[in-house]
Amino acid sequence: MRKNTLLLICLLGLSTTQIIAQETDLLKLVGEDKPQKEYVKYAFKSPRVINGHSMEFLAPGTLDFRILHRFGLVSQGFDNLFGLDQASMRMGVDFGLRRNLMFGFGRSTFKKELDGYVKYAPLQQSIGEGSFPVTIALVGGMTMNTLPWADPTIKNYFSSRLAYYFQTIIGRKISEGFTVQLSPTLVHNNLVALQTQPNDIYAVGFGGRAKVSNRVALTWDYFYVVNGIEKGINYHPLSVGVDIETGGHVFQLHVSNATGMNERAFITETTNSWSKGELRFGFNLSRVFQIAKNKKLTP
Amino acid sequence: MKKLIICILALFVIKNITAQDKFFTKSGRISFDATSPKSPENIEGVNKTVTCVLDTKTGNLQMAVLMKAFEFDRALMQEHFNENYVESNKFPKTEFRGALVDGSVVNYSKDGVYPVKVKGKLTMHGQTKEVEAEGKLTVKAGKIQVQSVFSEQLADYGITIPQLVADKVAKTAKITVDCLLDPLK
Repeated sequence: MRKNTLLLICLLGLSTTQIIAQETDLLKLVGEDKPQKEYVKYAFKSPRVINGHSMEFLAPGTLDFRILHRFGLVSQGFDNLFGLDQASMRMGVDFGLRRNLMFGFGRSTFKKELDGYVKYAPLQQSIGEGSFPVTIALVGGMTMNTLPWADPTIKNYFSSRLAYYFQTIIGRKISEGFTVQLSPTLVHNNLVALQTQPNDIYAVGFGGRAKVSNRVALTWDYFYVVNGIEKGINYHPLSVGVDIETGGHVFQLHVSNATGMNERAFITETTNSWSKGELRFGFNLSRVFQIAKNKKLTP
Repeated sequence: MKKLIICILALFVIKNITAQDKFFTKSGRISFDATSPKSPENIEGVNKTVTCVLDTKTGNLQMAVLMKAFEFDRALMQEHFNENYVESNKFPKTEFRGALVDGSVVNYSKDGVYPVKVKGKLTMHGQTKEVEAEGKLTVKAGKIQVQSVFSEQLADYGITIPQLVADKVAKTAKITVDCLLDPLK
Protein backbone atom coordinates (compact mmCIF):
# COMPACT_ATOMS: atom_id res chain seq x y z
CA MET A 1 0.00 0.00 0.00
CA ARG A 2 2.80 2.39 0.87
CA LYS A 3 4.33 1.69 -2.50
CA ASN A 4 1.06 2.52 -4.17
CA THR A 5 0.72 5.79 -2.31
CA LEU A 6 4.21 6.71 -3.40
CA LEU A 7 3.28 5.97 -6.98
CA LEU A 8 0.18 8.07 -6.63
CA ILE A 9 2.14 11.02 -5.25
CA CYS A 10 4.55 10.69 -8.12
CA LEU A 11 1.72 10.68 -10.61
CA LEU A 12 0.09 13.66 -8.99
CA GLY A 13 3.35 15.53 -8.97
CA LEU A 14 3.85 14.79 -12.63
CA SER A 15 0.43 15.97 -13.65
CA THR A 16 0.68 19.24 -11.70
CA THR A 17 4.04 20.13 -13.21
CA GLN A 18 2.49 19.55 -16.58
CA ILE A 19 -0.32 21.95 -15.80
CA ILE A 20 2.09 24.64 -14.60
CA ALA A 21 4.19 24.29 -17.72
CA GLN A 22 1.12 24.66 -19.87
CA GLU A 23 0.04 27.85 -18.17
CA THR A 24 3.21 29.75 -19.02
CA ASP A 25 2.75 29.30 -22.76
CA LEU A 26 -0.82 28.74 -23.78
CA LEU A 27 0.00 29.23 -27.46
CA LYS A 28 2.30 26.20 -27.46
CA LEU A 29 -0.61 24.22 -26.09
CA VAL A 30 -2.62 24.51 -29.28
CA GLY A 31 0.40 23.63 -31.36
CA GLU A 32 2.43 25.51 -33.87
CA ASP A 33 0.99 25.52 -37.34
CA LYS A 34 2.92 23.49 -39.84
CA PRO A 35 4.91 25.80 -42.10
CA GLN A 36 2.68 26.11 -45.10
CA LYS A 37 3.84 26.56 -48.65
CA GLU A 38 4.09 30.25 -49.32
CA TYR A 39 5.05 31.96 -52.56
CA VAL A 40 7.82 34.50 -52.35
CA LYS A 41 6.41 37.90 -53.22
CA TYR A 42 7.80 41.34 -53.96
CA ALA A 43 11.05 40.27 -55.63
CA PHE A 44 10.79 43.49 -57.64
CA LYS A 45 8.68 46.59 -57.13
CA SER A 46 7.30 46.25 -60.62
CA PRO A 47 6.81 43.58 -63.30
CA ARG A 48 9.67 45.18 -65.25
CA VAL A 49 13.28 45.36 -64.08
CA ILE A 50 13.84 48.50 -66.20
CA ASN A 51 13.32 47.49 -69.82
CA GLY A 52 13.05 43.73 -69.51
CA HIS A 53 10.36 41.69 -67.80
CA SER A 54 11.00 40.81 -64.17
CA MET A 55 10.14 37.61 -62.27
CA GLU A 56 7.47 39.60 -60.41
CA PHE A 57 3.79 39.38 -61.34
CA LEU A 58 1.05 41.92 -60.87
CA ALA A 59 -1.45 40.88 -58.21
CA PRO A 60 -4.60 39.33 -59.66
CA GLY A 61 -7.23 41.95 -60.32
CA THR A 62 -4.85 44.88 -60.71
CA LEU A 63 -4.08 47.08 -63.68
CA ASP A 64 -0.72 48.75 -64.03
CA PHE A 65 -0.73 51.90 -66.15
CA ARG A 66 2.77 52.61 -67.31
CA ILE A 67 4.25 55.68 -68.96
CA LEU A 68 7.82 55.28 -70.14
CA HIS A 69 10.14 58.03 -71.39
CA ARG A 70 13.56 57.78 -72.97
CA PHE A 71 15.30 61.07 -73.53
CA GLY A 72 18.01 62.19 -75.94
CA LEU A 73 21.72 61.77 -75.38
CA VAL A 74 23.08 63.42 -72.26
CA SER A 75 26.10 64.47 -74.34
CA GLN A 76 23.94 66.98 -76.22
CA GLY A 77 24.67 69.28 -73.35
CA PHE A 78 22.86 72.22 -71.92
CA ASP A 79 21.40 73.43 -75.25
CA ASN A 80 19.14 70.40 -75.28
CA LEU A 81 18.99 70.19 -71.50
CA PHE A 82 21.14 67.05 -71.55
CA GLY A 83 18.77 65.29 -73.88
CA LEU A 84 15.56 66.14 -72.07
CA ASP A 85 14.35 68.20 -75.05
CA GLN A 86 13.75 65.03 -76.99
CA ALA A 87 11.66 62.20 -75.71
CA SER A 88 10.58 58.87 -77.03
CA MET A 89 7.77 57.29 -75.11
CA ARG A 90 5.66 54.22 -74.59
CA MET A 91 2.28 54.06 -72.93
CA GLY A 92 0.97 50.74 -71.84
CA VAL A 93 -1.29 48.78 -69.57
CA ASP A 94 -0.61 45.49 -67.85
CA PHE A 95 -3.15 43.26 -66.17
CA GLY A 96 -2.72 40.69 -63.42
CA LEU A 97 -4.99 37.70 -63.95
CA ARG A 98 -3.62 35.06 -61.61
CA ARG A 99 -0.82 34.77 -59.13
CA ASN A 100 1.32 33.51 -62.01
CA LEU A 101 -0.34 34.91 -65.12
CA MET A 102 -0.42 38.40 -66.57
CA PHE A 103 -0.54 40.15 -69.91
CA GLY A 104 -0.11 43.62 -71.27
CA PHE A 105 0.16 45.81 -74.32
CA GLY A 106 1.44 49.21 -75.25
CA ARG A 107 2.43 51.55 -77.99
CA SER A 108 5.75 53.24 -78.53
CA THR A 109 6.34 56.44 -80.46
CA PHE A 110 9.47 54.86 -81.96
CA LYS A 111 8.29 53.24 -85.24
CA LYS A 112 4.72 53.78 -83.95
CA GLU A 113 5.11 50.26 -82.69
CA LEU A 114 2.46 48.25 -80.90
CA ASP A 115 3.49 45.45 -78.60
CA GLY A 116 1.77 42.85 -76.49
CA TYR A 117 2.80 39.90 -74.39
CA VAL A 118 1.63 37.15 -72.09
CA LYS A 119 3.73 36.13 -69.08
CA TYR A 120 3.16 32.88 -67.23
CA ALA A 121 5.12 31.18 -64.46
CA PRO A 122 4.79 27.39 -64.32
CA LEU A 123 6.97 27.42 -61.18
CA GLN A 124 7.33 30.11 -58.57
CA GLN A 125 9.84 30.57 -55.81
CA SER A 126 8.32 29.46 -52.54
CA ILE A 127 9.13 28.57 -48.96
CA GLY A 128 7.64 26.02 -46.58
CA GLU A 129 6.51 22.55 -47.49
CA GLY A 130 7.18 21.63 -51.13
CA SER A 131 9.16 24.80 -51.68
CA PHE A 132 10.95 25.71 -54.90
CA PRO A 133 14.13 27.82 -55.01
CA VAL A 134 13.49 29.92 -58.12
CA THR A 135 10.74 31.38 -60.24
CA ILE A 136 10.61 30.22 -63.82
CA ALA A 137 8.49 32.46 -65.99
CA LEU A 138 7.79 32.26 -69.71
CA VAL A 139 7.05 35.29 -71.83
CA GLY A 140 5.70 35.30 -75.36
CA GLY A 141 5.33 38.64 -77.11
CA MET A 142 4.74 40.26 -80.42
CA THR A 143 5.45 43.70 -81.86
CA MET A 144 3.95 45.45 -84.85
CA ASN A 145 5.44 48.40 -86.67
CA THR A 146 2.63 50.69 -87.90
CA LEU A 147 4.70 53.25 -89.82
CA PRO A 148 3.69 53.86 -93.44
CA TRP A 149 5.63 51.59 -95.82
CA ALA A 150 9.09 52.92 -96.56
CA ASP A 151 8.63 52.13 -100.23
CA PRO A 152 4.96 51.89 -101.22
CA THR A 153 5.81 51.20 -104.87
CA ILE A 154 6.92 47.64 -104.15
CA LYS A 155 4.75 44.78 -102.90
CA ASN A 156 4.70 44.96 -99.12
CA TYR A 157 3.56 42.16 -96.86
CA PHE A 158 1.70 42.70 -93.61
CA SER A 159 3.89 40.07 -91.97
CA SER A 160 6.89 42.34 -92.51
CA ARG A 161 5.54 44.58 -89.79
CA LEU A 162 5.69 41.84 -87.20
CA ALA A 163 8.34 40.55 -84.84
CA TYR A 164 8.09 38.01 -82.04
CA TYR A 165 9.98 37.34 -78.88
CA PHE A 166 10.15 34.44 -76.47
CA GLN A 167 11.78 34.62 -73.10
CA THR A 168 12.40 32.42 -70.09
CA ILE A 169 13.02 34.20 -66.82
CA ILE A 170 14.83 32.33 -64.06
CA GLY A 171 14.90 34.49 -61.00
CA ARG A 172 15.45 34.27 -57.29
CA LYS A 173 14.83 36.66 -54.46
CA ILE A 174 17.98 35.72 -52.58
CA SER A 175 17.28 37.85 -49.54
CA GLU A 176 14.79 40.47 -48.49
CA GLY A 177 16.84 43.12 -50.26
CA PHE A 178 18.52 41.29 -53.11
CA THR A 179 17.06 39.71 -56.25
CA VAL A 180 18.75 38.41 -59.38
CA GLN A 181 17.43 36.93 -62.58
CA LEU A 182 18.63 35.49 -65.85
CA SER A 183 16.52 35.68 -68.99
CA PRO A 184 17.47 33.86 -72.19
CA THR A 185 15.57 35.49 -75.03
CA LEU A 186 14.90 34.87 -78.70
CA VAL A 187 13.75 37.75 -80.89
CA HIS A 188 12.51 36.94 -84.37
CA ASN A 189 12.20 39.74 -86.90
CA ASN A 190 10.16 38.86 -89.96
CA LEU A 191 11.95 41.57 -91.87
CA VAL A 192 15.39 42.98 -91.17
CA ALA A 193 16.86 46.21 -92.51
CA LEU A 194 20.14 44.80 -93.80
CA GLN A 195 20.90 41.56 -95.55
CA THR A 196 23.72 40.87 -93.12
CA GLN A 197 21.40 40.91 -90.14
CA PRO A 198 19.98 37.63 -88.88
CA ASN A 199 16.23 37.23 -88.42
CA ASP A 200 16.68 35.29 -85.21
CA ILE A 201 18.59 37.08 -82.50
CA TYR A 202 19.52 35.39 -79.25
CA ALA A 203 20.21 37.33 -76.10
CA VAL A 204 20.62 36.68 -72.39
CA GLY A 205 19.36 39.18 -69.86
CA PHE A 206 20.96 39.77 -66.46
CA GLY A 207 18.71 41.76 -64.19
CA GLY A 208 18.62 42.49 -60.51
CA ARG A 209 17.59 44.63 -57.64
CA ALA A 210 19.30 45.71 -54.43
CA LYS A 211 17.11 47.46 -51.90
CA VAL A 212 18.52 50.58 -50.33
CA SER A 213 15.55 51.11 -48.05
CA ASN A 214 11.97 49.91 -47.89
CA ARG A 215 10.99 52.31 -50.64
CA VAL A 216 14.14 52.78 -52.68
CA ALA A 217 16.08 50.19 -54.66
CA LEU A 218 18.93 50.06 -57.17
CA THR A 219 18.22 48.11 -60.34
CA TRP A 220 20.24 46.95 -63.29
CA ASP A 221 19.16 45.40 -66.53
CA TYR A 222 21.71 44.15 -69.06
CA PHE A 223 21.16 42.07 -72.18
CA TYR A 224 24.08 40.29 -73.74
CA VAL A 225 23.18 39.93 -77.41
CA VAL A 226 24.72 36.67 -78.62
CA ASN A 227 24.46 37.18 -82.38
CA GLY A 228 23.62 40.07 -84.66
CA ILE A 229 25.86 42.65 -83.04
CA GLU A 230 27.60 44.62 -85.75
CA LYS A 231 30.47 46.76 -84.61
CA GLY A 232 29.64 50.42 -84.87
CA ILE A 233 25.95 49.76 -85.53
CA ASN A 234 24.37 48.18 -82.49
CA TYR A 235 25.34 47.38 -78.92
CA HIS A 236 24.34 45.39 -75.85
CA PRO A 237 21.72 47.35 -73.91
CA LEU A 238 22.60 48.21 -70.32
CA SER A 239 20.40 50.22 -68.00
CA VAL A 240 21.12 51.15 -64.41
CA GLY A 241 18.50 52.80 -62.31
CA VAL A 242 16.73 53.57 -59.08
CA ASP A 243 13.22 52.47 -58.15
CA ILE A 244 11.40 54.91 -55.92
CA GLU A 245 8.08 54.06 -54.40
CA THR A 246 5.81 56.90 -53.35
CA GLY A 247 2.45 55.68 -52.14
CA GLY A 248 0.57 54.62 -55.26
CA HIS A 249 3.36 55.24 -57.78
CA VAL A 250 6.62 53.56 -58.63
CA PHE A 251 9.18 55.74 -60.39
CA GLN A 252 11.96 53.92 -62.16
CA LEU A 253 14.65 56.48 -63.01
CA HIS A 254 17.60 55.26 -65.00
CA VAL A 255 20.52 55.83 -67.29
CA SER A 256 20.77 53.66 -70.38
CA ASN A 257 22.20 53.34 -73.86
CA ALA A 258 18.91 51.93 -75.15
CA THR A 259 15.93 53.86 -76.46
CA GLY A 260 13.68 50.91 -77.24
CA MET A 261 10.90 50.11 -74.83
CA ASN A 262 9.89 46.71 -76.10
CA GLU A 263 12.05 43.59 -76.40
CA ARG A 264 12.50 43.81 -80.17
CA ALA A 265 13.54 47.43 -80.02
CA PHE A 266 15.98 47.39 -77.13
CA ILE A 267 17.60 44.04 -77.93
CA THR A 268 18.06 44.51 -81.68
CA GLU A 269 18.10 48.28 -82.08
CA THR A 270 20.30 49.75 -79.39
CA THR A 271 22.54 51.99 -81.43
CA ASN A 272 24.40 53.80 -78.65
CA SER A 273 27.34 52.68 -76.63
CA TRP A 274 28.30 53.14 -72.98
CA SER A 275 31.97 53.09 -73.89
CA LYS A 276 31.46 56.14 -76.14
CA GLY A 277 29.54 57.86 -73.36
CA GLU A 278 26.32 57.81 -75.34
CA LEU A 279 23.89 57.71 -72.47
CA ARG A 280 20.33 58.80 -71.94
CA PHE A 281 18.12 59.52 -69.03
CA GLY A 282 14.83 57.73 -68.87
CA PHE A 283 12.04 56.95 -66.52
CA ASN A 284 9.18 54.52 -66.12
CA LEU A 285 6.18 55.68 -64.19
CA SER A 286 3.88 52.99 -62.91
CA ARG A 287 0.51 53.44 -61.27
CA VAL A 288 -1.39 50.39 -60.07
CA PHE A 289 -5.18 50.33 -59.88
CA GLN A 290 -7.33 47.70 -58.26
CA ILE A 291 -9.99 46.74 -60.80
CA ALA A 292 -11.26 43.47 -59.37
CA LYS A 293 -11.56 42.11 -55.86
CA ASN A 294 -8.25 41.39 -54.20
CA LYS A 295 -7.71 37.71 -53.58
CA LYS A 296 -5.66 36.19 -50.84
CA LEU A 297 -2.04 35.90 -51.85
CA THR A 298 -1.23 32.63 -50.17
CA PRO A 299 -2.86 29.47 -51.57
CA MET B 1 -5.79 -1.47 -4.34
CA LYS B 2 -9.36 -0.34 -4.83
CA LYS B 3 -8.45 2.99 -3.31
CA LEU B 4 -5.62 3.37 -5.76
CA ILE B 5 -7.86 2.71 -8.73
CA ILE B 6 -10.32 5.28 -7.46
CA CYS B 7 -7.48 7.71 -6.96
CA ILE B 8 -6.19 7.19 -10.48
CA LEU B 9 -9.68 7.53 -11.88
CA ALA B 10 -10.13 10.72 -9.87
CA LEU B 11 -6.85 11.94 -11.26
CA PHE B 12 -8.13 11.41 -14.78
CA VAL B 13 -11.27 13.31 -13.96
CA ILE B 14 -9.22 16.17 -12.50
CA LYS B 15 -7.03 16.22 -15.58
CA ASN B 16 -10.09 16.35 -17.73
CA ILE B 17 -11.48 19.25 -15.78
CA THR B 18 -8.23 21.17 -16.02
CA ALA B 19 -8.26 20.63 -19.79
CA GLN B 20 -11.78 22.00 -19.92
CA ASP B 21 -10.49 25.16 -18.29
CA LYS B 22 -8.84 26.22 -21.50
CA PHE B 23 -10.58 27.59 -24.53
CA PHE B 24 -9.04 28.34 -27.90
CA THR B 25 -9.50 29.16 -31.57
CA LYS B 26 -7.28 29.26 -34.62
CA SER B 27 -9.72 31.22 -36.70
CA GLY B 28 -10.19 34.35 -34.65
CA ARG B 29 -10.67 37.68 -36.32
CA ILE B 30 -8.65 40.85 -35.86
CA SER B 31 -9.10 43.91 -38.02
CA PHE B 32 -7.44 47.28 -37.92
CA ASP B 33 -8.31 50.68 -39.27
CA ALA B 34 -5.65 53.31 -39.86
CA THR B 35 -7.77 55.59 -42.01
CA SER B 36 -7.13 59.28 -41.41
CA PRO B 37 -9.52 62.06 -42.47
CA LYS B 38 -7.22 62.78 -45.43
CA SER B 39 -6.79 59.17 -46.57
CA PRO B 40 -7.85 58.77 -50.20
CA GLU B 41 -9.14 55.30 -49.43
CA ASN B 42 -9.96 53.28 -46.33
CA ILE B 43 -6.87 51.76 -44.79
CA GLU B 44 -8.28 48.60 -43.33
CA GLY B 45 -6.99 45.08 -43.03
CA VAL B 46 -8.57 41.96 -41.67
CA ASN B 47 -7.03 38.75 -40.39
CA LYS B 48 -9.21 35.68 -39.98
CA THR B 49 -6.58 33.24 -38.78
CA VAL B 50 -5.85 34.54 -35.31
CA THR B 51 -4.87 32.01 -32.66
CA CYS B 52 -6.29 32.84 -29.24
CA VAL B 53 -6.12 30.81 -26.03
CA LEU B 54 -7.86 31.63 -22.75
CA ASP B 55 -7.22 29.82 -19.50
CA THR B 56 -10.37 30.39 -17.50
CA LYS B 57 -8.74 29.14 -14.31
CA THR B 58 -5.93 31.68 -14.26
CA GLY B 59 -7.43 34.30 -16.56
CA ASN B 60 -4.39 34.11 -18.82
CA LEU B 61 -5.08 35.21 -22.38
CA GLN B 62 -2.67 34.81 -25.27
CA MET B 63 -2.95 35.57 -28.96
CA ALA B 64 -0.78 35.03 -32.03
CA VAL B 65 -1.35 36.89 -35.28
CA LEU B 66 0.39 36.04 -38.54
CA MET B 67 0.99 39.43 -40.16
CA LYS B 68 1.03 38.08 -43.73
CA ALA B 69 -2.52 36.83 -43.27
CA PHE B 70 -3.96 40.35 -43.18
CA GLU B 71 -6.17 40.88 -46.20
CA PHE B 72 -6.93 44.20 -47.86
CA ASP B 73 -9.28 45.44 -50.54
CA ARG B 74 -6.29 46.59 -52.54
CA ALA B 75 -3.36 44.37 -53.41
CA LEU B 76 -1.03 47.35 -53.41
CA MET B 77 -2.05 48.28 -49.87
CA GLN B 78 -1.36 44.71 -48.82
CA GLU B 79 2.08 44.97 -50.42
CA HIS B 80 2.86 48.25 -48.68
CA PHE B 81 1.60 46.90 -45.35
CA ASN B 82 3.87 43.85 -45.56
CA GLU B 83 6.87 45.44 -47.26
CA ASN B 84 7.05 48.97 -45.92
CA TYR B 85 5.17 49.21 -42.66
CA VAL B 86 5.10 46.02 -40.55
CA GLU B 87 7.93 44.29 -42.49
CA SER B 88 6.27 40.93 -42.16
CA ASN B 89 9.25 38.96 -43.45
CA LYS B 90 11.39 40.29 -40.63
CA PHE B 91 8.62 40.21 -38.01
CA PRO B 92 6.15 37.55 -39.10
CA LYS B 93 4.16 37.31 -35.88
CA THR B 94 2.46 39.67 -33.49
CA GLU B 95 1.85 38.20 -30.03
CA PHE B 96 -0.13 39.21 -27.02
CA ARG B 97 0.54 37.59 -23.65
CA GLY B 98 -1.55 38.82 -20.80
CA ALA B 99 -4.36 38.12 -18.39
CA LEU B 100 -7.77 39.31 -17.33
CA VAL B 101 -7.44 41.96 -14.66
CA ASP B 102 -10.67 41.03 -12.92
CA GLY B 103 -11.10 37.41 -13.95
CA SER B 104 -13.18 36.60 -10.90
CA VAL B 105 -16.20 38.55 -12.19
CA VAL B 106 -16.69 36.04 -14.99
CA ASN B 107 -18.80 33.01 -14.21
CA TYR B 108 -17.84 30.60 -16.95
CA SER B 109 -20.52 28.13 -16.00
CA LYS B 110 -23.26 30.66 -16.58
CA ASP B 111 -24.23 32.13 -19.94
CA GLY B 112 -23.91 35.90 -20.06
CA VAL B 113 -21.94 38.94 -21.14
CA TYR B 114 -19.13 40.00 -18.84
CA PRO B 115 -17.24 43.29 -19.26
CA VAL B 116 -13.55 42.65 -18.65
CA LYS B 117 -10.20 44.37 -18.68
CA VAL B 118 -7.11 42.73 -20.13
CA LYS B 119 -3.54 43.67 -19.36
CA GLY B 120 -0.39 42.30 -20.87
CA LYS B 121 2.49 42.55 -23.28
CA LEU B 122 1.94 43.17 -26.99
CA THR B 123 4.87 42.35 -29.25
CA MET B 124 4.63 43.75 -32.76
CA HIS B 125 7.25 44.75 -35.33
CA GLY B 126 9.93 43.55 -32.91
CA GLN B 127 8.86 45.92 -30.12
CA THR B 128 7.12 44.98 -26.90
CA LYS B 129 4.79 47.27 -25.03
CA GLU B 130 2.53 46.95 -21.99
CA VAL B 131 -1.05 47.37 -23.11
CA GLU B 132 -4.38 47.50 -21.41
CA ALA B 133 -7.70 47.11 -23.15
CA GLU B 134 -11.33 46.86 -22.24
CA GLY B 135 -13.56 44.32 -23.80
CA LYS B 136 -16.17 41.75 -23.07
CA LEU B 137 -16.44 38.02 -22.69
CA THR B 138 -19.62 36.36 -23.81
CA VAL B 139 -20.24 32.89 -22.40
CA LYS B 140 -22.79 31.03 -24.43
CA ALA B 141 -23.50 27.35 -24.93
CA GLY B 142 -20.10 26.20 -23.73
CA LYS B 143 -18.21 28.67 -25.92
CA ILE B 144 -16.55 31.95 -25.06
CA GLN B 145 -16.48 34.96 -27.32
CA VAL B 146 -13.67 37.45 -26.72
CA GLN B 147 -14.28 40.94 -28.07
CA SER B 148 -12.39 44.18 -27.71
CA VAL B 149 -11.76 47.46 -29.47
CA PHE B 150 -8.66 49.43 -28.58
CA SER B 151 -6.17 51.78 -30.18
CA GLU B 152 -2.41 51.66 -30.49
CA GLN B 153 0.09 54.27 -31.65
CA LEU B 154 2.05 52.96 -34.64
CA ALA B 155 5.13 54.92 -33.57
CA ASP B 156 5.26 52.98 -30.29
CA TYR B 157 6.10 49.88 -32.30
CA GLY B 158 8.65 51.55 -34.55
CA ILE B 159 6.28 51.60 -37.53
CA THR B 160 7.10 54.80 -39.34
CA ILE B 161 4.99 56.67 -41.86
CA PRO B 162 7.01 58.50 -44.52
CA GLN B 163 6.69 62.28 -44.66
CA LEU B 164 5.10 62.15 -48.09
CA VAL B 165 2.02 60.28 -46.89
CA ALA B 166 2.16 61.48 -43.28
CA ASP B 167 -1.36 62.92 -43.30
CA LYS B 168 -2.83 60.08 -45.36
CA VAL B 169 -2.23 57.35 -42.81
CA ALA B 170 -3.53 57.65 -39.26
CA LYS B 171 -0.89 57.63 -36.52
CA THR B 172 -3.14 55.48 -34.38
CA ALA B 173 -4.65 52.21 -35.50
CA LYS B 174 -8.01 51.13 -34.18
CA ILE B 175 -7.87 47.40 -33.52
CA THR B 176 -10.95 45.23 -33.28
CA VAL B 177 -10.68 41.73 -31.82
CA ASP B 178 -13.37 39.11 -32.20
CA CYS B 179 -12.53 35.50 -31.32
CA LEU B 180 -14.97 32.71 -30.64
CA LEU B 181 -13.27 30.13 -28.44
CA ASP B 182 -14.08 26.46 -28.24
CA PRO B 183 -13.13 24.26 -25.27
CA LEU B 184 -9.64 22.83 -25.65
CA LYS B 185 -9.75 19.06 -25.36
